[in-house]
Amino acid sequence: MNSVAMASPLFNGLSYSSILLMMALGLAIIFGLMGVINMAHGELMTAGAYATYLTQITLFKLGGAQAADWTYIVAIPVAFVIAALLGLLLEWAVVRFLYGRALETLLATWGVSLILQQAFRNIFGSNNVAVNTPGWLSGGVTLGQLQLPYARLYILALVVVVFAAVLLYLRLSRIGLQIRAAMQNRNTAAAFGISPRKIDMITFALGSGVAGVAGVGLSLVGSIGPTTGQHYLIDAFMVVVLGGVGNLFGALFGAFLIGETHSVLEFFTSSTGAKVAVFTLIIVFLQLRPGGLFPARNRALD
Amino acid sequence: MKRREFLKGAGAAALGAAAYPIMGGLNIAHADALWKGGVTNETVKVGDLHSLSGTMAISEIPVKNAELLAINEINAKGGVLGRKIEPIVVDGASDWPLFARLAKKLITQDHVPTIFGCWTSASRKAVLPVVQHYNNLLWYPVQYEGMECSHNIIYTGACPNQQIEPSVEWLLKNKGKKFFLIGSDYVFPRTANAIIQAQLKALGGETVGVEYAPLGHMEFATIIDKIKYSGADVVYNTLNGSSNVAFFKQFQQAGLTPEKMPIMSTSIAEVEIQGIGPQYCAGHYASWNYFMTTDTPQNKAFIKAYKDAYGQDSVTDDPIEHGYVNVYLWAKAAEKAGTFDPDKVRDAASTFSFDAPQGVVQVSAENQNMSQIVRVGEIQPNGMFKEVWHTPEPVKPQPYSPYISDMTCDWPKGGLIKRTSA
Repeated sequence: MNSVAMASPLFNGLSYSSILLMMALGLAIIFGLMGVINMAHGELMTAGAYATYLTQITLFKLGGAQAADWTYIVAIPVAFVIAALLGLLLEWAVVRFLYGRALETLLATWGVSLILQQAFRNIFGSNNVAVNTPGWLSGGVTLGQLQLPYARLYILALVVVVFAAVLLYLRLSRIGLQIRAAMQNRNTAAAFGISPRKIDMITFALGSGVAGVAGVGLSLVGSIGPTTGQHYLIDAFMVVVLGGVGNLFGALFGAFLIGETHSVLEFFTSSTGAKVAVFTLIIVFLQLRPGGLFPARNRALD
Repeated sequence: MKRREFLKGAGAAALGAAAYPIMGGLNIAHADALWKGGVTNETVKVGDLHSLSGTMAISEIPVKNAELLAINEINAKGGVLGRKIEPIVVDGASDWPLFARLAKKLITQDHVPTIFGCWTSASRKAVLPVVQHYNNLLWYPVQYEGMECSHNIIYTGACPNQQIEPSVEWLLKNKGKKFFLIGSDYVFPRTANAIIQAQLKALGGETVGVEYAPLGHMEFATIIDKIKYSGADVVYNTLNGSSNVAFFKQFQQAGLTPEKMPIMSTSIAEVEIQGIGPQYCAGHYASWNYFMTTDTPQNKAFIKAYKDAYGQDSVTDDPIEHGYVNVYLWAKAAEKAGTFDPDKVRDAASTFSFDAPQGVVQVSAENQNMSQIVRVGEIQPNGMFKEVWHTPEPVKPQPYSPYISDMTCDWPKGGLIKRTSA
């Protein structure tokens, strides 16, 4: 085996990590900051993927194949808004009655996830829908024997941008400050004139919107069907729990660790074997450090 | 449990027996003849058991639709034995234990004399003991791995020697000797790959890699790397469900083309190609008994009827056609037998040939699988198949592949027996 062959699982691992991080980022906000176990997270990603599909159809109708080439730019804000609105509805209709009761949020949002799946099925049919990869995302950079697909590089770039945007928003914006304050201590924050209701809604919509953007990326590498989100949900939770609940950097390192480990193990063993090994390693790690990589010191979670 | 089932069955039969004379109908029912309750002077109930929700719904809903289409057509022509067919449609929800419970419900509560249904081998294996226990009849429409011999199932989908084995031979002849095998991690791909590996050994081919991915797996970059570095001439793909979408997309993104390395698939038909996107799989191959483009007068009529019923955009494919054919085979067998008695219908099913959309087919009296033509098609950019090869004659079914088993299914000789000679 030459060095090129060795570099390739490392790049695959990085690209898998970027997908994992993308899936987990919205979850890290909703689960991490708010303590809501959102089982409908996968369906929010699916909504983003369907938004990509609808964007492509619309662009094609408006301006033909050339316009459709812009799908993967235009779809980002579209998917964000659609998923955020869906999240807002979910928060208003279900989740707001269940704050502080994690297990109840699990059950209620699981029900919502089933309803959404059936809704997708009724609207889009039970078969998968196909989104065409535009010309500028087909093919890849060739470095000797190594091929880095443009689609993967796009996802990598997308996740970097989204991660930075979310981080800066939470750190630098006024609302970001209020979010962090409300999540640490609702009552004290309320005493300072912050409306916890408003903050809950904004945070939930933000996490949902980010899930929608993840759907845009996923539609490049995977399927878009009513149950697509289900395939990613477990992985997303794994990343957040391994990283340490309530910490965006935790999600970052969790995704990187799982992605690389899985990819390298898969290269030397088999796909099923790598999955078992990664699960086992995570279980062992959580036995040693129940709080994950970066345990949160967040009063709301105590 | 046993006793309760017996009491329930006996009770139902007694009720049925009491009801028949009033309805002016059939002979007094035997305790085991639950099916007679499903037959009146005007109607006959039949079970239709598919996943209408859950992960298999994508594939199974169109098969259910085709079965209902055949039922409507037969009813429009006056029904079977003078009775209209009344389908009882139930949703197995991609949940195998539920398939077993629903099969039992269809037989013991609706008293159907026959059931059309199932897709996955897991669901068929769950229903098998139920139809065996109540001596009912299941019509199974999907290609499968063989290795099964039941008197209560008619298997019309391809068995290994009607799909896998001929397509491997075709690849060896036309595309190369080195095979990379990739499949989902469950019974069909593992059995299929065992056959292919043995076959390659026997015919002078070579297996350069075998990989299994968990069902629903989406991340194929590493497996595709292994395929790239394996030096394979062809990829034999037994992945199932939405993993195929991810696999084909990522295969193309990795710079692999059908010219460099063609993929032969066993679980991708016209319906699935729509969901993957034809542009990702054009140029690759699949092996089936029927394509929508198969050129027969029966197929033209079938496609027209199907589109009229389910929309002009809908497509037909192999399992859809088999579901449609199954209903006709059952109806014709019942007419021949002059009764809906599952035993007699089964015996009659192998006494005639039928002009199906795919061509002439006939159920084998030996193993209750179906003789049919094997085809290899190249996927076109419009999502349809261009047939590149087919067998000159219908191929006799052989559910136990001689490559991996020395058993054979032969009911006139008593069922599952040791193979005596090739």
